[in-house]
Amino acid sequence: MANKIALSIEGLTVSFDGFKAVDDLNLYVEENELRVIIGPNGAGKTTVLDLICGKTKATAGTIEFKGIELTRLPEYKLVQLGVGRKFQTPSIYENLTVLENLEISYPEGRSVFGSLMFKRTPEVEQKIIDTARMIFLEEHLNTQSGLLSHGQKQWLEIGMLLIQDPALLMLDEPVAGMSVVEREKTAELLNRIAQGRSLIVIEHDMEFVKRIAHKVTVLHQGKLLAEGSMESVQSNPKVIEVYLGH
Amino acid sequence: MKALGMILGGKRGAMDLLVIAALIFVVFPLGLDIFRLNLVGKYLTFAYCAVGLVMLWGYGGILSLGQGVFFGIGGYCMAMFLKLEASDPISTAHQTTPGIPDFMDWNQVTQLPIFWEPFHSFIFTLLAIVAIPALVAYIIGVSMFKRRVSGVYFSIITQAIAAIVTILVVGQQGFTGGINGITDLKTLHGWNINTDFAKYVLYFVNGVLLLLSIVLSKLVLSTKLGRLLLALRDKEDRVRFSGYDVANFKVFVFCLAAVISAIGGAMFTLQVGFMSPSIIGIVPSIEMVIFAAIGGRMSLVGAIYGALLVNYGKTAFSESFPTLWLFFMGLLFIGVVMVFPDGLSGLYKTHVEPRLRQILRKQGKKTVSSKTSIEKAGA
Repeated sequence: MANKIALSIEGLTVSFDGFKAVDDLNLYVEENELRVIIGPNGAGKTTVLDLICGKTKATAGTIEFKGIELTRLPEYKLVQLGVGRKFQTPSIYENLTVLENLEISYPEGRSVFGSLMFKRTPEVEQKIIDTARMIFLEEHLNTQSGLLSHGQKQWLEIGMLLIQDPALLMLDEPVAGMSVVEREKTAELLNRIAQGRSLIVIEHDMEFVKRIAHKVTVLHQGKLLAEGSMESVQSNPKVIEVYLGH
Repeated sequence: MKALGMILGGKRGAMDLLVIAALIFVVFPLGLDIFRLNLVGKYLTFAYCAVGLVMLWGYGGILSLGQGVFFGIGGYCMAMFLKLEASDPISTAHQTTPGIPDFMDWNQVTQLPIFWEPFHSFIFTLLAIVAIPALVAYIIGVSMFKRRVSGVYFSIITQAIAAIVTILVVGQQGFTGGINGITDLKTLHGWNINTDFAKYVLYFVNGVLLLLSIVLSKLVLSTKLGRLLLALRDKEDRVRFSGYDVANFKVFVFCLAAVISAIGGAMFTLQVGFMSPSIIGIVPSIEMVIFAAIGGRMSLVGAIYGALLVNYGKTAFSESFPTLWLFFMGLLFIGVVMVFPDGLSGLYKTHVEPRLRQILRKQGKKTVSSKTSIEKAGA
């Protein structure tokens, strides 16, 4: 194995009133790896991300990130450890400009007093501009973000995470609702940002998955169905039956 | 200078402040007799609560239906100080126990309760007016927001708190003056607050403090915390998953709104000359929300207009149709929610301001050249 394990999930289970959305799942993600999770609706993909980022509390199992157990920590601490999460529908502050959206995400002045004293220094500004360039929104810094196109909103949310330089970045269907051109650009973007961090991406678009995935994990009814390279997963009869075949 | 302009909200924000300042400090004092002016002063004390609600509800998205409690804390603190001053042993010599407030004597209380003692000190009283509401709001805020109580549940709980506090104040007659409240207040540090001159002075102090709370609020809104409040209101989860402990920010704005309301309460006591539970309960708390809604819940200055207009309407309307007033106010609230959600400030921005600008532009052009203005108007 070339790389160190960044995230290790073992025996992860969560049950909602007896229904096990995620059932005894083991998952290991390496440093610098771009992992894609696929699976039919209700397979528990989004729930896994919810569990990692602390939105949902696990019933059983462990999630270890860089040697730190995550399951008992509050959400904001997880973020400060370097876990970033993009939601399925673009989750941005529509009443604020692109610049303000990025500024709020800038990892400084996170306490009440800190935010009152926070100054937009040249350093902060530079980082905002750099991030905006990376997510193709350099021209739109002063645009109210509610006016952006759907695809641009997706990028903005990715940018809001990038500005925090997370060691683990989780993206839930980042290209949903994007045009073909936007998909191309996003694939490039993801390949670029995967360097120096681990990425977990949930996606349905198989063409897109092929372009970005280092390794693919297939979930089905909360359980691991298959794992491996895109080719091996695509030719797996079990996967074809529950997911790809239909 | 530039920074100051930013805080006040640019040219337009400064202009709005200037207009309301002119109204409060020049137009009203010149145009109204002292009785009416004192009434306006009373309305303005409710505007503090509306300003607090603009911060809390308009920007933070947290609807409190219990701001009357904080108004009451400020008002009662001030009233306790004034009452102690009015209850010196000489003027209360006829009581069974001289030197304690009259209502205590009527209720067979023979010793000043311990929690009244520090209110002999004016400095303590002033500190208490700010510190006690902040502390109470902090305790309520931490216990609710850390548990992620929000939305309508928070509103209902604050309303319940308003009810509980009212019942407590009414029930503990010997300590609080009960349903009558604390009345018969005379002097502040030996200075008679019931003279016309005193009323003028208090009116101006009240106006200055009100505008200062607006400037303070604008200062807060101009920082990153201000933008975070909006972000929280719209996408709480995104803020939480951007590394913020969301509850702390909600607690902060709740405390800020509480302190501003309490200052209003203290000024109420000074200007009106009494404090009673009828001003702190559920109904007045909801009225405060209506002031903010009608003024425009995103407009700090609008909150003043809302408080002034609704209170004026209440006084004028309830003199002739006392039973209809509540229905009318209910209608007004429904109207705001359904027809003009941004209140008066929204109406002004969409209807009055563009027209005003048009007129100003036309006049400006006319002085330059009447011909071009006609051409422009034609185009």
